[in-house]
Amino acid sequence: MANVITDEIIEYVGILAKLELTGDEKEQAKKDMGRMLDYIDKLGELDTSGTEPMSHVFPVRNVFREDVVTGRDESERILSNAPGQKDNMFMVPRTFD
Amino acid sequence: MSKEYETVIGLEVHVELATRTKIFCGCSTAFGGAPNTHTCPVCTGMPGSLPVLNRQVVEYALAVGLAVNCHVNQLCKFDRKNYFYPDNPQNYQISQLYLPICHDGFVEIETEGGLRRVGIHEIHMEEDAGKLIHDEWEDCSLVDYNRSGVPLIEIVSEPDMRSAPEVIAYLEKLRMIIQYLGASDCKLQEGSMRADVNISVREAGSGKLGTRTEMKNLNSFTAITHAIEGERQRQIDLIEAGGEVIQETRRWDDARGDSYPMRSKEDAQDYRYFPDPDLVPVWISDEWIARVKEREPEFRDRKRQRYREEYDIPEYDIDIITGSKRMADLFEETAALCGQPKKVSNWLMGETLRLLKEKSLDPEDIRFSPENLAKLIGLADRKVINSSVAKEVFQAVFEQDVDPEKYVEEKGLGTVSDEGALRRTIEEVIAGNPQSVEDYRNGKEKAIGFLVGQTMKAMKGKADPAGVNRILRELLQGRPLEQE
Repeated sequence: MANVITDEIIEYVGILAKLELTGDEKEQAKKDMGRMLDYIDKLGELDTSGTEPMSHVFPVRNVFREDVVTGRDESERILSNAPGQKDNMFMVPRTFD
Repeated sequence: MSKEYETVIGLEVHVELATRTKIFCGCSTAFGGAPNTHTCPVCTGMPGSLPVLNRQVVEYALAVGLAVNCHVNQLCKFDRKNYFYPDNPQNYQISQLYLPICHDGFVEIETEGGLRRVGIHEIHMEEDAGKLIHDEWEDCSLVDYNRSGVPLIEIVSEPDMRSAPEVIAYLEKLRMIIQYLGASDCKLQEGSMRADVNISVREAGSGKLGTRTEMKNLNSFTAITHAIEGERQRQIDLIEAGGEVIQETRRWDDARGDSYPMRSKEDAQDYRYFPDPDLVPVWISDEWIARVKEREPEFRDRKRQRYREEYDIPEYDIDIITGSKRMADLFEETAALCGQPKKVSNWLMGETLRLLKEKSLDPEDIRFSPENLAKLIGLADRKVINSSVAKEVFQAVFEQDVDPEKYVEEKGLGTVSDEGALRRTIEEVIAGNPQSVEDYRNGKEKAIGFLVGQTMKAMKGKADPAGVNRILRELLQGRPLEQE
């Protein structure tokens, strides 16, 4: 494996992804990520100098909606997905800004 | 020995667009609905939901970009900006990083040192986040997603400003352009225009930029001014004490007149942008650009110039009237209907501003029609109503956009034109107030004012004061002759 994922990187990625990994899981994730990066390196060997970057898999542009209200009050159904609710709002752990 | 410092300021301005619906779904953007009543699976980030772009968002963003002299990325697309925060239900915000809709423009601002150009680095389209409310009782946070998915444009300036007044001039300029386009009402207090200010200081004459900080939570021009002055001083003090400015985001507390850092190390600013696979690219054709350009309104600077040439009204009035698109439109339409720009201007500058202030409203909130103001001016001109009744009628026009002609008729507010009736009333007033009559005859000119007042009262305000005055003098001067 050409790409070696360090402990610092796996720690950082864990913070970004809001994941807490056990020691074993970290070791496994380091291996998996290393292999993924190897694969990306392999793709990098291709000469793409004459190729336009692809911005989407479908050759489609300009899919629009008109600015017309179609939504209605479905808050009861929407809120049924909430971990908790109060006063018609989603209740979440205390968050500071 | 103190060194000279220069402040370098760049702005990120978020503007909520005036669309009826959100950027990627058909939910209403109306302000003030009960929590979560304007939400759907798309704007609450439910798995499997599919965002579809609102065409009007592109129209508005394009119109603003062209008005601030930007180049258009004819192929533009959306990217995901990843971060975890409960106001963002998808765990990413749909924004534009790689190919934003517009770039490299500028606006010109008037400063003490003359006209100055502020560069626009780019403009991109993105979605707003929900609103977090901290609940002290339950020790939790509550989220309302009504604002989630409301369309925004972010206008990123170059670091071209050097002082708080320049920043204010720049914001005013943007606000006027955007309001004139009808793309947003740009109200700082209500959050439909929000500015994040990037500030750094450097020794005067140095070509190198210092480390900058970003100030957030600035919801008025005074808060922006205080924050700039406070942050400039904080950075200078740090440097003078041998310290270093750290690049960070700070939250301004205008009540305390101080700022504090916002994010902890745990929230690393690593957004891992990547193209949003749910949204297809946008292609803005030359025809589309031409169409938007064609619809461009007459902007404020040009309008001011034209008013100076066309209307005989003071410069101050021109400034106030053109300071709001709504007011300028109302002025022009009413003036065209009644042909008396000076009088229209007086109603706007006087009673309209007074009532707006009294009700804490913005000129953009004016609801009455030019037709009704023109009719009111006509009624006053033809002396159908006197000036104090006109003010009363205007209040009804202002509040409910009533038709003044019908209103005056229904309420019986028209001036009594029957001179016989008026004469009889005045005779009664003279008979009932011998002391004042005596005073007047003894040379107390002021006494006539009291008698006019009594007559107006007896006529329930429906008399032409000038007419009352004339008849009163006639009778007062005439009667002694008759009696002798």
